[in-house]
Amino acid sequence: MSGVPILSLMLAIPTVAAIACLFAGDRNARLIALVATLIDFALGVMLWANFDIGGAQWQFVESAPLFGRFNYALGIDGMALMLIMLSVFLMPLCILASWESITKRVGLYMAMFLIMEVVMIGVFMAQDLLLFYVFFEAGLIPMYFIIGIWGGANRIYAAFKFFLYTLLGSVLMLIAMIAMIREAGTTDIPTLLNYNFPPEMQTWLWLGFFASLAVKMPMWPVHTWLPDAHVQAPTAGSMILAGVLLKLGAYGFIRFMMPMFPEASAQFMWVVFALSMVAVVYTSLVALVQSDMKKLIAYSSVAHMAIVTAGLYALNQQGIEGALIIMLSHGVVSAALFFCVGVIYDRLHTREIDRYGGLAVNMPAYALFFMLFTMASIGLPGTSGFVGEFLSLAGIYEASSTVAFVCTTGIILGAAYMLYLYRRIVFGELTKDDVKAMPDLNPREWAILAPLAAVALWMGVYPESFLAPMRGDVTTVVARLAPAKPAGDAHLAAGKPKPAAAGHGEASGEAHHAGGAQ
Amino acid sequence: MIQAIVFLPLLAALVAGLGQRAIGPFASKLVTTGALFTSCALSWPIFLSFVMGTGEAGVTPVLHWVSSGALQFNWELRVDTLTAVMLVVITTVSALVHLYSWGYMEEDPDQPRFFAYLSLFTFAMLMLVTANNLVQMFFGWEGVGLASYLLIGFWYKKPSANAAAIKAFVVNRVGDLGFMLGIFGTFLVFGTVSIPEILAAAPGMAGSTITFMGMRLDTMTILCLLLFIGAMGKSAQLGLHTWLPDAMEGPTPVSALIHAATMVTAGVFMVCRLSPMFETAPVALGVVTFVGAATCFFAATVGTTQWDIKRVIAYSTCSQLGYMFFAAGVGAYGAAMFHLFTHAFFKALLFLGAGSVIHSMHHEQDMRYYGGLRKHIPITYWAMLMGTLAITGVGIAGVAGFAGFYSKDGILEAAFASGGGGQVAFWVGIFAALLTSFYSWRLVFLTFFGKPRWEQSEHIQHAVHGDHHDHPSDEDAGHDHAHAHHHEAPGDGTAGYHPHESPLSMLIPLIVLSIGAVFAGIVFHHQFIYPEEGMAFWKGSLAFDEHLMHAAHEVPLWVKWMPFTVMAIGLFLAWNSYIRNTSLPAKFVAQFRLLHQFLYNKWYFDELYTILFVKPAFWIGRFFWKKGDEGTIDRFGPDGAAALVAGGTRLAVRLQSGYVYGYAFVMLLGLVGLASWAMVRFL
Repeated sequence: MSGVPILSLMLAIPTVAAIACLFAGDRNARLIALVATLIDFALGVMLWANFDIGGAQWQFVESAPLFGRFNYALGIDGMALMLIMLSVFLMPLCILASWESITKRVGLYMAMFLIMEVVMIGVFMAQDLLLFYVFFEAGLIPMYFIIGIWGGANRIYAAFKFFLYTLLGSVLMLIAMIAMIREAGTTDIPTLLNYNFPPEMQTWLWLGFFASLAVKMPMWPVHTWLPDAHVQAPTAGSMILAGVLLKLGAYGFIRFMMPMFPEASAQFMWVVFALSMVAVVYTSLVALVQSDMKKLIAYSSVAHMAIVTAGLYALNQQGIEGALIIMLSHGVVSAALFFCVGVIYDRLHTREIDRYGGLAVNMPAYALFFMLFTMASIGLPGTSGFVGEFLSLAGIYEASSTVAFVCTTGIILGAAYMLYLYRRIVFGELTKDDVKAMPDLNPREWAILAPLAAVALWMGVYPESFLAPMRGDVTTVVARLAPAKPAGDAHLAAGKPKPAAAGHGEASGEAHHAGGAQ
Repeated sequence: MIQAIVFLPLLAALVAGLGQRAIGPFASKLVTTGALFTSCALSWPIFLSFVMGTGEAGVTPVLHWVSSGALQFNWELRVDTLTAVMLVVITTVSALVHLYSWGYMEEDPDQPRFFAYLSLFTFAMLMLVTANNLVQMFFGWEGVGLASYLLIGFWYKKPSANAAAIKAFVVNRVGDLGFMLGIFGTFLVFGTVSIPEILAAAPGMAGSTITFMGMRLDTMTILCLLLFIGAMGKSAQLGLHTWLPDAMEGPTPVSALIHAATMVTAGVFMVCRLSPMFETAPVALGVVTFVGAATCFFAATVGTTQWDIKRVIAYSTCSQLGYMFFAAGVGAYGAAMFHLFTHAFFKALLFLGAGSVIHSMHHEQDMRYYGGLRKHIPITYWAMLMGTLAITGVGIAGVAGFAGFYSKDGILEAAFASGGGGQVAFWVGIFAALLTSFYSWRLVFLTFFGKPRWEQSEHIQHAVHGDHHDHPSDEDAGHDHAHAHHHEAPGDGTAGYHPHESPLSMLIPLIVLSIGAVFAGIVFHHQFIYPEEGMAFWKGSLAFDEHLMHAAHEVPLWVKWMPFTVMAIGLFLAWNSYIRNTSLPAKFVAQFRLLHQFLYNKWYFDELYTILFVKPAFWIGRFFWKKGDEGTIDRFGPDGAAALVAGGTRLAVRLQSGYVYGYAFVMLLGLVGLASWAMVRFL
């Protein structure tokens, strides 16, 4: 914790680079963007290395009063650190992914991505409620441009839909925030985290936040913007959308809604569970029948995010830690899957699944990476997907075995739609001439896929690196929720001391919770 | 040492799989096969030390894995008697299958990939059996599932292979759903996923109750049943068995290793590993017995009607797994493991023998086009004969017998001795033994005896006429239609084709496994199932019931002779229908057409599941997409709002086609406006 304002530096570098990109030529813009994002990644690594696990909750704190009660206040805890790492890790890969496929207005494009980076990491760093809100909503704008200018044929509709959905929700969140500030008299997030709002007020505040965050998540039934946005977005746009932007909603859940409105969270637990259960089954089945690669993966994202929401609302250590790991894992894996789609899209210019087939013959390296990420997506143990899914489902089971059962069906459906996708693209006879002509991965594509693969495996085999920084923060949230949290549905009851024939009927003895959370 | 046994195959898989371009196919094969033989050589001393009684159980830590609140588990390798048995089974069969594949896969251009998958599979299987916690077991469980998926679909150009691969993975996932819920429930109840801790605490939970999905249930019963659903998936038990016959799309060495000797026995292993837990749940054990017996019966009936040589053996495997489960169900875990052990040898032998036949018959798999092969491929014939003698359980009670004689009779006697439901299982088992004998000898007689019927085979025709597409991926699942063209044949049914005995690399594994099929029973049966020796051998690594094993040895003499009697009847029936009076089967089929159709179509399970699950899943998915997302949410959501806000469709269209910057600008303005308003108004 030296005197260097490392967080501000991480915001400043991409900002400066973005301005530079606007005035640079195509080649230079790419280079500037790559260098800037790499520097930010290096700073992120420094941040992680200097983060004191088990130390103060908020570290690297910076604060400067602006006007009124509006503060420029930055600081991170373990959860924020991990999500910042995810963002700065994915960013250079996104720039590389756009290296050749973007030829139109490169300077502006790179500037948009750099601004995107600023607002994304700004969201995770902000310690002031209004600053958070500005970053949170500003994220829409570059994404909106990226889809609207560099998107596919139907980009205007997609961008419009994206805009309509997200705007509506955010207005309600702003109103809730204003109410919070009036009530608590501060915009300081660490203070608000420990402020006890009256329970009836919590209900309304919770609903206000929920309206915005559920859209961002996205939760069923406000998820329909996501498939369209993904389909129309350029490859790198999809990568960052799935990789980081989808995590903003869940971050809002755990940063604000759960610790600030514990009573309301417990009260609305079943709303979240119900929507999540529907989403897992519904969107998985929809993913099964898609003929567009990007749509399929987009729907699978909705299903994965539903397990995140259910895991968070299990309100216990395993559920929340699992949800956080899914967020990180999905960030890496879905970005990788969208890039895998991009690789073949760049070669054949179609997302139609049936146009491909037999790629294992002429693109073996691609087939291997794609297989790895497919397996990570369906949660094969040893990959990142498993750890998150397993922990969150274990947490959900503690809250309700029924919800756990419904959510776990996702592992069956997930395997079905992903393997069905893989089979149609990679396996089968290589018959189509244009598909035959597709070359295997080039060095640039290797450079993108290899780090993603390494992280997916690292997170699967030794997730402790990622869990350790977040553990304390999750414990804090769980402790904050503990008074309000309802008991799980297991109601384990001891049998009679020495049952003659293992008794089925009525439970005797006092209910005691063996195992359980915390 | 255990680290070397487990991780050498992984290392070899990585080297062969990722470095195949650098080191070439020959080195890839050498590395993987070498690693497996090393693992095998290291495993036998461990096993023998347990046989001698000098082995010490222990756990070797490898790496921290996950800790989340109370939920903590590590990567660690456990070795005890139960693991040692599995170690030798896995590494021996795997090493031999690697060797066998040198010959069998010789013409395949993708050999390094094949060998890498085989080694990867072995690694995952070893992780499974050395697991000291449920989650690592699940890792191995899914790892073997992945390897199985990759190997079934190894010839990825074949649509049928791809379909079979996906089916195997997805059906297994249905079982995994139960396994996962079982793990969650176990953690909730015991506060740990460590197997020794769970087993120690299990008796204390007997009789307690828990709510599961709104139902009030006996804790141990529901936990064991959930875990058992996982075992049913992996071990292809009735209901979740449909993937196993289709898995025969994979190359034959894969069928021998994964779908006979090792992976499919993982469920049996799991039940034995957790046997102290199952012992506290009598209802769950009853279910295990019932499912095992039902599978044993079902698969044996189907096996009698199939024509594809590999499918007959696949159903036979399914049926033998049923035996193992009902042995576990009646509490004879030692007998279950013993049958697992002997079965690994003789079933791998039968599969590899079948592979050798297929190899010599130019990839023809339909037994209707075999016949008279005894003289042409004598070593394969003798090896298959040993395997058949072992699986049908030939032996004289109290004197000597082949491997299956000891293990299968051990199971049947224990089932009889356990009384109650066990006696039902005993009779089902006896009937299945009759069918086993029938379909096994039917296979031998159709293949090796009688006159050659090769000329009707398309594969043989291709071979003779030289227009062969010489690739193992021509292995074809049962031709139900008669192959038409058989002109200019020499008239002896051979079509002028001369089958050749397989190369040495394929014969050596056959010979080694034959030795196992003959002697594995007589050498080890004391340790596995005798009361006193068993207690000393298993050392508490499974719930060994000394009294039950005593009782099993005291059963009436007719019980001991029963399996032999039905074996003889089965042999006679097969001989009568396939050698003495070869028109009999056709007459039988004509007489009992419905029954035959029912059995031949595998009790219509596949058709039923397609109607019940596959079609509805796609239909509902399409419905949700078109009527739900597009027809309802979008229609009344964003599209509707757009139309409403803009006061009519025409305006909405104009708005939508408007300039993108416009919106962004509005958004930005709105954002800034709202923020400033907020600040001015309230702060």
